[in-house]
Amino acid sequence: MGCGLCEVFCIAQHSKSKDLIKAYKKEHPRPLSRVRVEVDRPLSFSVQCRHCEDPPCVIACLSGAMHLDEETGLVIHDADKCMGCWTCVMVCPYGTIRVDVSGKVVAKCDLCQGFDVPACVANCPNEALVYQEVTP
Amino acid sequence: MPKYVIVGGSAGGIGAVEAIREVDPVGTITMISEEPSPQYSRPMISDYLSGEATLVKMKYRDDRFWEKNKVQALTARKAVGVNLTSKYVELDEGDRVGFEKLLIATGGKPFVPKMEGREKDGVFTFTDLSNAETLAAKVERGKRAVVIGGGLIGVSVTEALVKRGVKVTIVELKDRILNLILDAAASEIVEKVMRQAGVTIVTGQTVQRIEGRRDNDGAVVGVLLTNGEEIPCDLVVIAIGVIPRTELAVGTEIKMNRGILVDRFMRTSVADVYACGDVAEAYDFISERNSLLPLWPVAQLGGRVAGYNMAGKKTEYPGGTVMSALKYFDIPIISAGIAVSEESNGYDVLVDHHPARNLYKKIALKDDVIVGMTFVGDIEKAGIIFHLMKKHVHVRDFKEGLISENFGLVTIPAPLRKKLFMMGD
Repeated sequence: MGCGLCEVFCIAQHSKSKDLIKAYKKEHPRPLSRVRVEVDRPLSFSVQCRHCEDPPCVIACLSGAMHLDEETGLVIHDADKCMGCWTCVMVCPYGTIRVDVSGKVVAKCDLCQGFDVPACVANCPNEALVYQEVTP
Repeated sequence: MPKYVIVGGSAGGIGAVEAIREVDPVGTITMISEEPSPQYSRPMISDYLSGEATLVKMKYRDDRFWEKNKVQALTARKAVGVNLTSKYVELDEGDRVGFEKLLIATGGKPFVPKMEGREKDGVFTFTDLSNAETLAAKVERGKRAVVIGGGLIGVSVTEALVKRGVKVTIVELKDRILNLILDAAASEIVEKVMRQAGVTIVTGQTVQRIEGRRDNDGAVVGVLLTNGEEIPCDLVVIAIGVIPRTELAVGTEIKMNRGILVDRFMRTSVADVYACGDVAEAYDFISERNSLLPLWPVAQLGGRVAGYNMAGKKTEYPGGTVMSALKYFDIPIISAGIAVSEESNGYDVLVDHHPARNLYKKIALKDDVIVGMTFVGDIEKAGIIFHLMKKHVHVRDFKEGLISENFGLVTIPAPLRKKLFMMGD
């Protein structure tokens, strides 16, 4: 239904306080949502990193910041190593790697590591977002 | 005798090691590199020069990379020849390293034209860490530099020098900078922001002579342009381009054009010998021919494909193409495929241009297939377009929307979205 709550909770999750109100009122700049709601009525959906098995962003990364986590298989981005060259943005088929608010590095979905269910899924009021493993 | 020998330890060599180890955990690998510690990010040398990246940040792979992958790393060693009949690589000091499978990933070297004065003190090239370290040591606030060449390397070194307080003049032979990867409208935006940052841009000229002090040390004092104008400076950076380092293959039966020719499996014309990266001429998925593509991601991908095939996992190279992402002077740019396309040369061109806001989007189509793309300012959806281009998708039914504000996976027709992006509704 394109309510955008996944973006709101993603912002809160990636804020310093992890608190919705504080993230929106007190944190400047406000963190960037790692998910993007796309709307073309009547259709709408939320897009975030698919954590590809053979990720083009990892192969293309110029700095080594983007990597496949050996234990979890997630595509993880190390902002401290990122040089902000935007090569990963160019090669992501889903357009889910974003220029972060600093303009210096990228930001992407980390599937809310450390939590059982990502914030976007947990807070989707219509249960449109589900969290499951798919095999291509 | 090692099973695999890789000459070159940068993007291509590293990609090959990672791929080989996915398939063959035990086969012995020897890597030969002239650099003492090659596992760093070469594209990051401009960040090193500007002071934004430390040597630690520049590590593309950590220092234990070779060890962790059980690679015998012969660093600070030079491969000087190859014997394809007896299958060995000859090193400096006469050592020989035999191989079953060989990968030539020797990269490129800066092209330095025969220019009078190029040997003077204060003249630099800018492609590897040692260049960056030497130049960084000479840089001081208030110095003046002339950068020869307005391509990717020229613009990157210019930005780094500006950040260090150097007054830069960039000299480009063609009528505009970045002319190989951007069209006129996109170049104009970059030139505008560079001028705002204090850079002087001279186009349609090159340097005919680098002038040095007459007295003792011959240090650079300026350059003489082809139109006779003199530009005083303390530093000169020659950034005209890179050429393949094909020396190992010269005089052998390995087929070459400008670079070493490889097929879709990264094999050269000689059995068990592979090549990738800046030294190779591999498949370009836009021109559908082999071409030189001296780009880091292309090298890493080519290295991976070479590695898989060397280890026996037959893998087809999907191809690369001209693909550049630029971050310089705070304007994000992504440009790939055919950058300079006009309706007059048979392309269908979609454009959205807001020069005052430094925003520009252009997509070039041929027979309703995307063959070129340029995004300046707002680059978020560029990856989706790149994917459509790479997959040669027919976009006739939705092409009007490709440059719209609302474009996204959501505006791609459902059957195609499902097929290409594995997304149902």
